[in-house]
Amino acid sequence: MEGGFFTLQDFMTFTKGITYILMIISLCAMVGFWLFLSERDTDQTVEEPRHHE
Amino acid sequence: MSEHTISVNKSVLTPFNLVAGVILLVGTVITVLRFTGGLAAVTNLTDDNPWGIWIGFDLLCGVALAAGGYVTSAAVYIFGLKRYHSAVRPAILTGFLGYALVVFALNYDVGRPWRLPYPFVVQQGTTSLLFEVGACVALYLTVLFIEFTPAALEWLGLKRARTLVVRLTMLLTIFGVVLSTLHQSSLGALYLIAPSKLHPLWYSGYIPVFFFVSSVIAGLSMVIFESSLSHHYFHHKMDETHLRENTGVTLGFGKAASLVLAGYFTIKVIGVSVANNWHYLTTGYGAWFLVEMLGFVALPCFLYAVGVRDKNITLIRWTSAWTVLGIVVNRLNISLIAFNWQLPSDQRYFPHWMEIMTSVFIVTIGILVFRFIVTRMPILYEHAEYK
Amino acid sequence: MPGFPTLIMKLSIGMYFFNVIHRGNDMSLTRRRFLGWIGAAGAGTLLGREANAAANVHFKGYPDSFAVLHDITLCVGCRSCEAACNTVNELPAPDKPFKDLTVLDQRRRTTAKTYTVVNRFQNETGGDKPVFVKKQCNHCLEPACASACFVRAFKKSPEGAVTYDHSVCVGCRYCMVACPFEIPTYEYDQALSPRVMKCTMCHPRVINGQLPGCVEACPKEALTFGKRKDLLDLARERIRKNPARYIDHVYGETEMGGASWLYISGVPFSQIGMREDLGVTPAPELTAGALGAVPIVVGLWPVLLTGIYAITQRKEKIAAEESRQAVMEAVSRERTVSEKEMAAAIEKAQKDKEAAIKQAVKHALDDAAKKQQEVKS
Repeated sequence: MEGGFFTLQDFMTFTKGITYILMIISLCAMVGFWLFLSERDTDQTVEEPRHHE
Repeated sequence: MSEHTISVNKSVLTPFNLVAGVILLVGTVITVLRFTGGLAAVTNLTDDNPWGIWIGFDLLCGVALAAGGYVTSAAVYIFGLKRYHSAVRPAILTGFLGYALVVFALNYDVGRPWRLPYPFVVQQGTTSLLFEVGACVALYLTVLFIEFTPAALEWLGLKRARTLVVRLTMLLTIFGVVLSTLHQSSLGALYLIAPSKLHPLWYSGYIPVFFFVSSVIAGLSMVIFESSLSHHYFHHKMDETHLRENTGVTLGFGKAASLVLAGYFTIKVIGVSVANNWHYLTTGYGAWFLVEMLGFVALPCFLYAVGVRDKNITLIRWTSAWTVLGIVVNRLNISLIAFNWQLPSDQRYFPHWMEIMTSVFIVTIGILVFRFIVTRMPILYEHAEYK
Repeated sequence: MPGFPTLIMKLSIGMYFFNVIHRGNDMSLTRRRFLGWIGAAGAGTLLGREANAAANVHFKGYPDSFAVLHDITLCVGCRSCEAACNTVNELPAPDKPFKDLTVLDQRRRTTAKTYTVVNRFQNETGGDKPVFVKKQCNHCLEPACASACFVRAFKKSPEGAVTYDHSVCVGCRYCMVACPFEIPTYEYDQALSPRVMKCTMCHPRVINGQLPGCVEACPKEALTFGKRKDLLDLARERIRKNPARYIDHVYGETEMGGASWLYISGVPFSQIGMREDLGVTPAPELTAGALGAVPIVVGLWPVLLTGIYAITQRKEKIAAEESRQAVMEAVSRERTVSEKEMAAAIEKAQKDKEAAIKQAVKHALDDAAKKQQEVKS
C-alpha cells in the first residue's frame, strides 16, 4: 500500500494540513469576494465610511 | 475632555507602588530561578501533573477573561450597538494586555520557550488542538494589537497611520470574532483527548461549546467589572461621553450576561443528561459541581436579572465580580481540581508558592501597564482632535 | 538515508512560504514518510490515496509491525528487564541497585530516568503468590501523544515503535496530559534542554535486527517479541489452552484503538494497576469532531457576521432615511403653517395700516375742522 495511510493519525495529519491551507485561502478570498460583491453599493450607502476602501 | 483633578499622591512611594515593586522584585528572582534551575526549581509539577496553575490560571483564565475585546467590538461594530462605543477601547486594551500576558506566561511554562514558533515554521502538528489554539492566539494577539494602535497613534499624533488603521476596523472585528470563537472553544477541546483523566461531570463532548459560551459570559462580565474599577481609580480620566454611556453599558452588558448565563446553564444540564452522569451528582465531586452550577452560574444569572430589572448598578457590578470568579473556578476545576481525579491524594497537584507568585507577578505587570496606558492615551476619553 | 533529514520541501501559497524539514529518525524502508500541510505540495501522491480517503475508512495500522506480548503469569519480578533497559538506553544509574527487590514494596511509575518499571500486586483472586507487572510505553497503534503533539515530535513507526524527536520538542507537555497510560515523563530539572522521556521500544535496535533490551534480558520468557498479528494468535492460543490460568482478555488488543504491547493475565487487569475503562476509541477520533468544526467556523462565521453587519447597516440606513423624511415633512409642515401665519400677519398688518391711515385721515380732517371753527370765532 505504498502511498496509502496505515493509521488514522497519519490520515488526519495529512487532511488537516490541507484543511489549514484551505482555511487561509478561504479567509483571504472571502475578503476579496465581499469587496467584489459590495463594490457598487456606494451610491446606496454613502454616509458611513466602509472598512474595505 | 473633563478637567484634570489629580488627587493622587504625587509621590512615587504610594502603598500600591511599594507592593507592586516588591512583587516585581520577587518575580524577577523567580524568573532567574526558573531559567537556571528548570521547572523543578520553582514548580510542583510532576510526571502525573504536567500542567499546573500556569496553564490552569494564566492560560485558561487569562484567555477567557480577555474575551471582553471581541465581545464588545462585535456588539458595537457588527451588531451596531453604537451606544456602547465608549466601552470598546478599554475592552480592547484589556484584551490585548490579557493575551500579551498569556503569551508571556507561556514562556515560563513550556520547556524551551524559544521554540514556540516551531509548530508554525518547522513542523506542523495539525492534528493537535494545541496547534489550533497556538495559531489562533498568535493571530488574535496581532489583531488585538492593530485594534489597539489607534489610541497609541492618537497619543503620538500620527494622524495618517491612525486613519489607515481605523479603516480596517470591520475587517479586524470579524477576524477577531472568528479567531476568538476558534481558540476559546479549542482551549476546552484540549481536554477532549483525556476522557480517562477528567471527571465525567466536567468532561463532555460539548466542552468546546461550553468554553466558547462561557467566554462570552467572561467577556461581558469583565467589561462591567473592569469599568467599575476604572470608574473608581481613573474617574478623572473619563470624558462626559464615557461617564454618560457607562450606566447604559452596565445595564446592557448585565442583561446580555444574564441571558447568556441562562443559556449556558441549560447546555451544561444537557451535557450531564447526554452522558447520563446524574449519579455522579451524589458524590463529593457532584456536590462541588453543583456549587459551580448553582453558585457560579444560576446565582449570577438571577442576580444580573434582578440588577437589570431594578436598574441597580451596584448589584450588577458586584455580580460581575462574582461571575468573573465563577469563570476562574470553572477553568481551575477542569484543568486542576477535576483533572486526575482518580489519582490518590498524595499524587495530586498543589501549586508551589513560587508558581502562585509568578502568576501574581504577571497580573501585576498587567495592571501596571494598564495604568501606564490609561493615564496617557485616549482610552477612557475621546481625543479632542478625533471626535 | 539513515539519520538524516529526509525531505526538504518548499511550498508557496500566495505570499506565504513554509520551510518544513522532516526529521524522521527511522532508518529503514522507503515509504511515504512525510505528511502535514506540506503534503499538499506533493499533489501527485494525492491520487494514490483515493481508495483510503473514502468516507468510511478503517485504519488497521502497519500490517507487519512488531509488538511485545507480556505474559504476566510468567513474570517473577526479578527486575532484569529494568536493568537491561537502563543499560541499552544509557540512562543514569538508579538510586538503588537493580538487584535490590525492596523497591517493589512501593508502587512505581515511569520516570525521566526509568523507561520501565515492574510493580508487585497482591493476588486478590486467591493464591498467595503476588503478581508482577511490567509497565512501559504501550506504543499505541493510534498514539494519543502523537495526536496531541503540535510539532509532530511523536511518530508511529512502521516497525511498531512510537518514537520521539527531541530536536523539535517545545516542551508543552500536552503529550503527558493526553497519554491514557501516564507514560511520558519530563526532565523537569533541566533548565535549557528538557526532554520528554519514554520507552522507545528499542527502535534503533529493532531496525538493526536486535531484540528490545528488556525482551532479551527476561529469564522467564514473560516477554515475547514478534509480529503483532502473530502475537495476538499466540496470546489467544495460550488463553484457549489454559482457560483456568488466564482471564479471557488480551489487554492492548483494542484499548484506545490497540497497542503494540499486549498483555495476558491471570487476574483482572484493573486489580494490577491497568485501567479497563479506557474504551476502544483511538485518541485521534476523540478530537476529530472539534477539529472538524474549525474549518466550518472559518467558512461560515465571516458569512454570518458580515450578514449581520450588512443587515445592521441597512436598518440604520433605513432608520436614517425615515428620520430624514420625518424631519423634512415636519419642516415642510412647519413651513406651510408659518406661511399661513405670515400671510395672516401681513393681512393684519395691512388692515392695521389701512385702519391707521383712516384714523390719521380722520384726525387730520377733525383737526382741520377745528381750526376752521377757531378761525371763524
